[in-house]
Amino acid sequence: MVDLIADKPFQGLPLSIGRASVEGMDPGPVTAIQPFPGATLPMPFPQAGQVLAQGGGRLVWAGRETAFLMGEAAPDLAGLAGVTDQTDGWAWARLSGPDMAAVLARLCPLDLRALPVGTSARTMLTHLPAIVIRTAPETLEIGVFRSMAGTLEHELSAAMRAVAARASLR
Amino acid sequence: MTQTHRIPGKGLLIDRARPVRFTFDGVEVQGFHGDTLASALLANGQRMIARSFKYHRPRGVMTAGSEDPSALVEVLEGSQQTPNVRATTQEIHEGLTARSQNRIGSLRHDLLAVNDWLAPFFSAGFYYKTFMWPRAFWERLYEPAIRRAAGLGSLSGHHDVAVYEKAWAHCDLLVIGAGPAGLMAALTAARAGAEVILADEDVRMGGRLLSDQPAVGGLSGPDWAARTVAELAAMPNVRLMTRTTVTGAYDDGTFGALERVGLHVPAPGDLPRECFWRIVARRAILAAGALERPIAHPDNDRPGVMLASGLVSHVAKWGVNPGRVVIFSNNDSGLATARHLTAQGIEIAAYVDPRAIPVTEDFPVYAQATVTGTRGRHGLRDVAVTHAGGTSMIPARTLALAGGWNPTLHLTCHMNGRPVWEESLAAFVPKPGMVPGLSVAGAARGRFSTAACLADGVEVAGEVLRDLSLRPKKTPVPEAEDAPYAIAPLWAVDAGGRAWLDFANDVTTKDVRLAAQEGYASVEHMKRYTTQGMAPDQGKSSNVAALAVLAEATGQGIPATGTTTYRPPFVPVSIGALGAGGRAEGFAPQRLLTSDAKSRAMGAPMIEAGLWYRPSYFPRAGENDWRTACDREVAQVREAVGTCDVSTLGKIDVQGRDAARFLDFVYTNTMSTLKPGRVRYGLMLREDGFVMDDGTCARLAEDHFLVTTTTAAAGLVMRHMDFVHQAFCADWDVRLISVTEAWAQFALAGPKSRAVLASLGIRADLPFMGCTHIDLGGVRARLFRISFSGEEGYEIAVPTRYGASLFEALLSAVHAEGGCAYGMEALNVLRIEKGFITHAEIHGRVTADDVGLGRMVSAKKDCIGKAAAHRPGLTEPGREQLVGLMPVNQGETLSAGAHLYNERDLATRENNQGYVTSVAPSPTLGCWLGLGFVKDGRSRMGQVIRLDDGLRGHKVLVEICDPVFFDPEGGRMRG
Repeated sequence: MVDLIADKPFQGLPLSIGRASVEGMDPGPVTAIQPFPGATLPMPFPQAGQVLAQGGGRLVWAGRETAFLMGEAAPDLAGLAGVTDQTDGWAWARLSGPDMAAVLARLCPLDLRALPVGTSARTMLTHLPAIVIRTAPETLEIGVFRSMAGTLEHELSAAMRAVAARASLR
Repeated sequence: MTQTHRIPGKGLLIDRARPVRFTFDGVEVQGFHGDTLASALLANGQRMIARSFKYHRPRGVMTAGSEDPSALVEVLEGSQQTPNVRATTQEIHEGLTARSQNRIGSLRHDLLAVNDWLAPFFSAGFYYKTFMWPRAFWERLYEPAIRRAAGLGSLSGHHDVAVYEKAWAHCDLLVIGAGPAGLMAALTAARAGAEVILADEDVRMGGRLLSDQPAVGGLSGPDWAARTVAELAAMPNVRLMTRTTVTGAYDDGTFGALERVGLHVPAPGDLPRECFWRIVARRAILAAGALERPIAHPDNDRPGVMLASGLVSHVAKWGVNPGRVVIFSNNDSGLATARHLTAQGIEIAAYVDPRAIPVTEDFPVYAQATVTGTRGRHGLRDVAVTHAGGTSMIPARTLALAGGWNPTLHLTCHMNGRPVWEESLAAFVPKPGMVPGLSVAGAARGRFSTAACLADGVEVAGEVLRDLSLRPKKTPVPEAEDAPYAIAPLWAVDAGGRAWLDFANDVTTKDVRLAAQEGYASVEHMKRYTTQGMAPDQGKSSNVAALAVLAEATGQGIPATGTTTYRPPFVPVSIGALGAGGRAEGFAPQRLLTSDAKSRAMGAPMIEAGLWYRPSYFPRAGENDWRTACDREVAQVREAVGTCDVSTLGKIDVQGRDAARFLDFVYTNTMSTLKPGRVRYGLMLREDGFVMDDGTCARLAEDHFLVTTTTAAAGLVMRHMDFVHQAFCADWDVRLISVTEAWAQFALAGPKSRAVLASLGIRADLPFMGCTHIDLGGVRARLFRISFSGEEGYEIAVPTRYGASLFEALLSAVHAEGGCAYGMEALNVLRIEKGFITHAEIHGRVTADDVGLGRMVSAKKDCIGKAAAHRPGLTEPGREQLVGLMPVNQGETLSAGAHLYNERDLATRENNQGYVTSVAPSPTLGCWLGLGFVKDGRSRMGQVIRLDDGLRGHKVLVEICDPVFFDPEGGRMRG
């Protein structure tokens, strides 16, 4: 018999530097839902960039014809949509603080004015393909491929250090 | 030195209460906080700062900005050595260490100054004419010698490990330059509610208002600028970026900008040296002002010769005392400068102007006169002024040149727009629309008076705001001087001797005329022949004068001569800033396996594949090279059992009623006939008929498949399948998504693999090429019976979070059965022994038939690439086919990349019979094995051919054989 123990994707989080913090987060189960052409789902489906409340969780737009149901088990959508467990495919971190935008600007080409609270985007953080969700004016949830969690930690901490160091110029 | 050349009480930017010590050429120098390297050295009486590029002439400071062609130095910080730093932009700080560059010996006694005596030989085109033969000498002798003698600055030879940064910014309006026009434009837009970024190269915003200090709206220039900047700083929709040079205009309103972040700080710590910004703006206004130009007269390059604007700035901003000044001007702004300096107590020894101007000034005026020479070995001593009465030698410490102004329009040309010649200004001005979304305001479009600049800022901002659907609020234009700008063009004074145009690259008027004379009469040819405008300053002070001299020489006129192209970047941008974060491991993301920490703890060296880090081998005590470990691992797999992390293989989940139909379309073989719970090997072609990838396809349920890809092609196959879906069958009931990262997957291979499964509590009654869901200690897992080793093999997949734990469990279980973990080296040997292909073989230029898999292209259905695979060239006899290669003499090694020739043929391209793709030392067969491609290889089994590795000088006779060396019937893996 074997007794498997789950581990966490991030080794170096949480981390707080200057006026920004980042922590690993567990979004609960994550299921990709990809409706088949013409299918009517028993729930609303997010438009590009939308984040919808769904039961106790969220339905987050995650790409072309794709939404991630996060924080709630997937309903039975047999015949209506492709349903794939993505819980372990992504590593999620929460970046927050007054310098969140300044840190993000070091890593990502997104214009935060186009990402109001309650929306999501697919983007790149340096070289990392990512999903970002703005949950509050100064809070951003970031999902990257789980194998790249270490690189995300490194990139975030480097950006946070550089942003914090600018305080000495003021 | 004790700042002997400082004017008491003057210097807007310096803080006399904060002395700063720094080192130049090994000597400690004192300046004040706020000084640049240039201003501090000038304040200490040091005019000579550098040696010139070609002739090693003494050079000083000409300007007060980034455009300076002469004052180039090296800055040293630890192992960091930054060449070609303009002393005019480097702020001093405690501990700053700089030195002059481009010299052998000391700055005063540069041995290469001999080049100046040899100048007659170093005319334009010198290299082209001189170093013609013998041809081989160029690379070995001439070029290294020339590179040693010429060039600007040197590098440390060490990696640049300093902190740099890249960042993005977004706004409605980017205003470039914070002089009067830029400040008014930013103010107008900000008051209307636009999100504004105002970027300025200097430490303090205000532009010429800080130097010329005209009265604006009843305040002094600096006071008005400070008040306006304060208002802007207090607005939440405004971002002020000082020390930030906008370097380039790119597509879609994107601008590059270089910010000097930590270069002026003694101990920067985590502070980046520079930040390279990408600013995305809906609209932009270029208010970069204008750059003054010199006049080319004989010996106009001595330390002490400056541009009038540079002199005024050094007096106003840093309180530098220039001593006796001669001003040589052809326009009214030079005259205004003379009056301005006189009013501040600077002694104007002579004002020299070729125009017939009245001589009623408080300083000596030489009208209808020119400067025809200078004297002073290491710095200006006398100025020769030629006038109606003859030539007078006028003692002076500073000669200020005022040759007129060139609008700083460089950015408008970055998308290949061409400016137009404006006769009344004797300058090029931008046309509207040269860069989409970029408007130009103020001196940058030839509005030279302060009043005109202020008004233009308001006006242009108003136009832009209307484009942005914002309503401008009424912004009154403050009152200021509105002097007309009158100029009588004078580009060069022809009085014998050398007259410099391009100070940075040592190009004189003679060189330009010679270029024209030798047929290089177009401006682009002249530039390349003389190297004018090709130094770090990109000809900012010399381009227009050089083409004017060229136009004169060819008689074409300036508009017909045209100008060279201004390209990004506007100022030199360090590679470190452009590549911030990308050094060493920062180059690409690192994808780490769940087994990574354990593998490293076991001493496994890592090899990178598809960004993943995979263990090469797991050395045990006493195993000092890869070969020993690899041989042992192979043997253990063949005799007992091994485990290997194969999570890196791409996994694509395919669902839907049309999933099987879709896979039939992308695979050459048929997947629709696969039963649920079974796995099939599959081959995919590109649209052009060549093999793209291979892998397995498992049918998990009727409408649910799992496709695996090779590690390196995982992204490629996903993209390909997405493309096929979107382009050809978007209406099918099929959905694809990558699950590569969701599962950690481990291979078990070897005769004892079933025993290992049993010890983990897994019932292994799976047939060869079967798959099933299993329960692994309460975790839902997947089990596949597939083999890449030729042994009985399984792969177990668990959700990634359990990967590390499963790897530990597998290690214990395989060790208990006399097995081991195996790495990429052993995996490679095992697959070569079995003739299994990887991307070494399916490298993008082979067909299914070439690799012996022609029968996998189903005749009963269509698939992507099938039609193209039937093109004549891909089906003709004589194609190179996959074969096995074994050394005739068992002990000899093979090498991959080698080419194959018939035994007696020379190793020439025409004789090429094929090449080797993969090799491995096989402990199982006791010799090296190779896979490769040979012309008509399958019909040449048993023939002997020569492996010839030209790179390694390695020749071996090999026998062509079947690529499956071991267990060709496959009995071992079928169990």
